[in-house]
Amino acid sequence: MAEKTYLQAISDGLRQEMHRDHRVFVLGEDVGVYGGAFKVTLGFQEEFGPWRVIDAPLSETAIVAGATGAAMMGLRPVAEMQFADFVSCAWDHLVTVASKQRWRAGVPVPMVLRLPSGGGFSGGPFHSQNPESSFAHIPGLKCVCPATPEDAKGLIVAAIEDPNPVLFFEHKHLYRRIKGEVPDERYVTPIGKARIHTEGDDVTVITWGAMVYTAEEAAKEVDASVEIVDLRTIMPWDKEAVLESVRKTSKVLVLHEDTRTGGFGAEIAATIAEEAFEDLDAPVKRLAAPDTPVPFSPVLEKAFIPQVDDVVRELKELISY
Amino acid sequence: MTTGTAVDVVMPQMGVSVSEGTVTKWAKQVGDSIEADETLLEISTDKVDTEVPSPASGVVSEILVSEGETVAVGTVLARIGGEAGAAAPAAGPQPEPAATEVAEPLAQPAAPVAHENGKAFVSPVVARIAAEHGIDPTKVPGTGSGGRVTKRDIQAFVESGSPASTEASQTVAPPPPAPASASPPSQEPQAPGLGETLEPMSVMRRGIADHMRRSLDTSAHVTSAIEVDMSKVAAIREKLKQEYQAAYGVNPTYLAFIARAAVETLRDYPWVNGEIRGDKLVTKNFVNLGFAVELADGKGLIVPVVKNAETLNLLGMAKSIADIAKRAREKQLTPDDVTGGSFTITNPGGYGTFHGTPVISQPQAGILGTYAIVKRPWVITDENGADAIAIRSMMNLTLTYDHRLVDGAYAGRFLRDLRERLQTWGESDY
Repeated sequence: MAEKTYLQAISDGLRQEMHRDHRVFVLGEDVGVYGGAFKVTLGFQEEFGPWRVIDAPLSETAIVAGATGAAMMGLRPVAEMQFADFVSCAWDHLVTVASKQRWRAGVPVPMVLRLPSGGGFSGGPFHSQNPESSFAHIPGLKCVCPATPEDAKGLIVAAIEDPNPVLFFEHKHLYRRIKGEVPDERYVTPIGKARIHTEGDDVTVITWGAMVYTAEEAAKEVDASVEIVDLRTIMPWDKEAVLESVRKTSKVLVLHEDTRTGGFGAEIAATIAEEAFEDLDAPVKRLAAPDTPVPFSPVLEKAFIPQVDDVVRELKELISY
Repeated sequence: MTTGTAVDVVMPQMGVSVSEGTVTKWAKQVGDSIEADETLLEISTDKVDTEVPSPASGVVSEILVSEGETVAVGTVLARIGGEAGAAAPAAGPQPEPAATEVAEPLAQPAAPVAHENGKAFVSPVVARIAAEHGIDPTKVPGTGSGGRVTKRDIQAFVESGSPASTEASQTVAPPPPAPASASPPSQEPQAPGLGETLEPMSVMRRGIADHMRRSLDTSAHVTSAIEVDMSKVAAIREKLKQEYQAAYGVNPTYLAFIARAAVETLRDYPWVNGEIRGDKLVTKNFVNLGFAVELADGKGLIVPVVKNAETLNLLGMAKSIADIAKRAREKQLTPDDVTGGSFTITNPGGYGTFHGTPVISQPQAGILGTYAIVKRPWVITDENGADAIAIRSMMNLTLTYDHRLVDGAYAGRFLRDLRERLQTWGESDY
């Protein structure tokens, strides 16, 4: 056990799987010689060779299509988008082909797409998005959004093992900021299981990714016992854990960095209303980014992404309801 | 027309262990006038049936719990006086509006929701908890936004044993619709067949059923019987009857004699007056004597207790028995009157039965059965040792005892000594 950054934990997990399973290989723009846009695969090409750490041409379509084909033929590709935003270029291959082969042809597609996502550093509209809800809506795709280094490693392993296409949303703002104890040995964090980040009795925050830490900061500033549920994966998502927490606290805030309308929080809020209506003591609240592209301006970006003060305000409203 | 604040009538706390009660009968209807302390309704708990007097004089403005419904202690049953219908038009007071407006409170428009603050809004979880516990959420002090009742508030209210709010009711909300569905029968009995009638079990009947079954499951019941010549008691009773009636207005019944002799005999047989408590044996230096009393028309059985019967002489015993019998008939018993017994006497002999095997009232160890006194030919031995057949007033007594605690020989000696007292005691011994 050693303290690792979130980025190092992903890198370690990936490296361990490449050692363990020779079907695993990585491909993406600048993942080889350069070591990846964020250096997740730094040194991989020296370690595993250019045939398993492939620098791809500047075409997300080619990367995802190539990964899909390799997966269908029995390999375990881990493809990197430099920014999650760029995956939209490969929408057709991902949504039309990869997600449906298992249903259409009975062929599993054990592919992982690593998607550096999220804002907080003035990346602007093309480099800051959280597009997880778009893909959570596509049957056949799994969406993973770890918040801690330990989960990042365990979930990259689970994603590689999984026989379905898994979109691995790794939050850029967590990469080097968040450190935590990570076991050295190999382990698997199950996809579809939430984690209680902090236990509480008065109000529940359902969130994932970087917002886990925003919620944690906010919880310290309110005079109430706040339970933070870190979903860890949003497709499949741990409905039981959410409902259990809601039954305990009866007040719930769904928090995400993605924009509000059609965000995955809407699905969670609707499910709570349907299945835990008689346990609610207040309206289900959502806190999310407004329905605009992510602004460049640091001031505007701060206004765009839910901040600690915003969460505190929402929590106080729920607590005093 | 009553004006001003309404007075709530709540389900009373009938003893510490009683958490709910059933409304059995309303003596008044909405619109009826009632005086303070006049009987408003009758309730039934698992311990007693009793009448609930009105806490105030006025007009019955609302009845919130219908006959047959079981609700938690503290639940508002009715309101006396006050501005009954919240939805009543804002026009000046009219002669009789309260009665008619409020008779069907569910039919009133949704206006009350628009009341001053959040107090009228009941969240789904609060509504559910209120329904589960038969609580009127408007009676729960609210700490939420605008006085709203929060989940925490109603949980605290439930945990604190639902103290009834005595403050005057200002906001009149519709009665909680939930209690009706709050206690669904756990098992639907089979539908009645041809010629059969199905009726709900009263609280008391359910209590009796549970207790009888539990007693037979607990104690090792054995019954011993003995024949007692009551001729001497009959003679004393005949003599005292006039005097007791004239001086004290009380009838020295055979039961009083037997009770008096039984209490005296129990001094020598403490196990019969004892109890098994866990793995310990309990004996008592007092006799709290229970008397099984049948309620009218076979509607149930109640066992009021004469406390500290060892302090009573025959007159005191006769008066105590008369008092509890009267209060049992008039439904004036309190839970304290029917708890704490150490030994019980049951008297089915009034109908001519000469033997029985009563069930012990738990956690006691014995119950004495008294049977019909009949004149029978009886072999007696005169002072010269000669046998003769005489006509005597004979009665059978049974002692049903818990063989876990009381052995057969011990029980036999108890009955022998009891018989001896009844056959030999003179007037001054009672």
